[in-house]
Amino acid sequence: MSAGREIIRSRTVVLPVENIDTDQIIPARFLTTTERAGLGRCLFHDWRFHADGRPRSDFILNQPAADGCDVLVAGRNFACGSSREHAPWALLDYGFRAVISTEIADIFRSNALRNGLLALEVTDEVHDWLIAHPGAPVSIDLESCRLRAGDAVDTTFEIESFARYCLLNGVDPLGYLLSRLPDIECYEAGRA
Amino acid sequence: MSEARDIGPRTLLEKIWRRHVVVPETADTPAVLYVDLHLVHEVTSPQAFSVLRRRGLPVRRPDRTLATVDHSIPTSPARWQGDRPTMDGEARVQVDTLGDNCAHFDIPLLGIGSRRRGIVHVIGPEQGASQPGMTIVCGDSHTTTHGAFGALAFGIGTTEVGHVLATQCLLQRRPRALAVNVSGSLAAGVTAKDLALAVIGRLGVGGGTGHVIEYRGAAIRALSMDERMTLCNMSIEAGARAGMVAPDDTTFEYLDGRPMSPKAAAWERAVRDWRTLCSDPGARFDREIEIDASTLEPQVTWGTDPGMVVAVGGRIPADGGARQREALSYMDLDAGQAIGGQPVDMVFIGSCTNARLSDLRQAASVLRGRKVAPGLRAVIVPGSQQVKAQAEAEGLHRVFLEAGAEWHESGCSLCIAMNGDRAAPGQYVVSTSNRNFEGRQGPGARTLLASPLTAAASAIAGAVADPRPLLERARRIA
Ligand code: SF4
Repeated sequence: MSAGREIIRSRTVVLPVENIDTDQIIPARFLTTTERAGLGRCLFHDWRFHADGRPRSDFILNQPAADGCDVLVAGRNFACGSSREHAPWALLDYGFRAVISTEIADIFRSNALRNGLLALEVTDEVHDWLIAHPGAPVSIDLESCRLRAGDAVDTTFEIESFARYCLLNGVDPLGYLLSRLPDIECYEAGRA
Repeated sequence: MSEARDIGPRTLLEKIWRRHVVVPETADTPAVLYVDLHLVHEVTSPQAFSVLRRRGLPVRRPDRTLATVDHSIPTSPARWQGDRPTMDGEARVQVDTLGDNCAHFDIPLLGIGSRRRGIVHVIGPEQGASQPGMTIVCGDSHTTTHGAFGALAFGIGTTEVGHVLATQCLLQRRPRALAVNVSGSLAAGVTAKDLALAVIGRLGVGGGTGHVIEYRGAAIRALSMDERMTLCNMSIEAGARAGMVAPDDTTFEYLDGRPMSPKAAAWERAVRDWRTLCSDPGARFDREIEIDASTLEPQVTWGTDPGMVVAVGGRIPADGGARQREALSYMDLDAGQAIGGQPVDMVFIGSCTNARLSDLRQAASVLRGRKVAPGLRAVIVPGSQQVKAQAEAEGLHRVFLEAGAEWHESGCSLCIAMNGDRAAPGQYVVSTSNRNFEGRQGPGARTLLASPLTAAASAIAGAVADPRPLLERARRIA
């Protein structure tokens, strides 16, 4: 599921709501699980479904245009709130591989990258264009940090360098930390 | 200290950060940062423990790890449920899984039967586990609470919970420092919660992203530890990584004699060191904002994020964009409407923001000798079993019960509504918790965040109410 070297090519699905919080991405009542699989069914649950479980036909993910889209363009300031990693797990399980907004909350961004979900911040100008063009074809190249959309957007994005390195090379951050155990032991000894 | 020879004024953040760097940050790699205290709860830990088990890894420092159950456990009063509250399938599995994991990995657990259990951010301080100068993490965004002690405390995801369990370290880049300078003093009836909401109103819900807030100034020095915790707790609602207050005598008095505080000579040494934990004069912050506490009034939120806030005597702003219209449509409130007098169905006094003893005392000061409005449900959930016991020793529970409120066992309860405690669709809840997101207190529920004083006053009025007239009357009668 890692983003890896492969260039993401997809149409976008646009959810133009500002400050979408983690309780909307996955409501807390779905967090009583001890697993991480299968959370896609809970993604945006209370926006996607009526109280009786029927899909809301007016919600964008329930419309045919959203089928097969791997890239979510969200309104400004995405994913504030909780530290629940269930949020990126749900997005990935549903089939998204990247989310784009103007700002992305710190904890979510770090959780997303650790799971291979690209969380990209773009300028207001690029964001405005993406919001105004739902379904636009985009390509995201992690190797060159390049985002292209339609024939109007060709820009680079910033992404934390180590997270990018890990994703491109299949490096596991826990493995990296474990390789630093001698330093950790030395640090602990120095403080004792 | 090894950095004693380095020169130049430093922020508190910088001082704590430097003490915990195991491997310095480079352009290519984040710092390996040591974690002094790792708090664990049932919801965000099971998948992390699974990784350790799968890879055959031990927990590196169980002695620096402390676990409790709070999010998914029932809080219904014992008299409703028999001695031990019951739990449904998944929640039961989650709680049992944490028990198994703690037993297997030798982690101290304040479990469901413990008198020391409670909301993770209430018990860390209560036990004296959260101390100045520490790095403190938990798989929970409100870990910012512990910054009240002059610690660098922040929430992490489950993958990172696994990193800390296995290595006691995290991969982190140093955040930027944001000074929130608060001058003046809070007027009677205006609390740390109101200050927190006002700060978020100023910064916006994304305004603190990438930053650690240090709250400074005369108004902050005057706050009790409980109040500092309330303020730091809400830092995440402005998007900040963490919030902190430099430790002082108020901090040391709070910690002295707690079960996990240093003792005797170690205590003296610790306090000497802790006194060095403040931003040096002339230290440079990446950003600063100024707030005059004296101008603040009690605050209430009207929308679906904590930045949508007005003074209790104020009106919902008239000219909002699309975001405001969506929020008002969910809340079924009108632009330009006075927030005071808005009828409410429920009042919740609880959560890691406002369920410590002083919060309950404040609520009781308003509710004493008065009645909750007919038809309104008032739910009071102490932050920990110890807070509950202390409140009962003072007779606060009788004040609540006589007023017609419910008095529960401790837990997160209606703050997150994942344990069965919830509001019905469409109901208005004045809540002392920290998030008014859509559905946070149950699908379709409408949350108005406020202080315990405002919540208690609203419970009596059956509508959003300014607590100050009630306080004045209480004072005159006294
Ligand atoms: S009380 Fe609310 S905010 Fe605090 S830890 Fe529990 S769920 Fe999270």
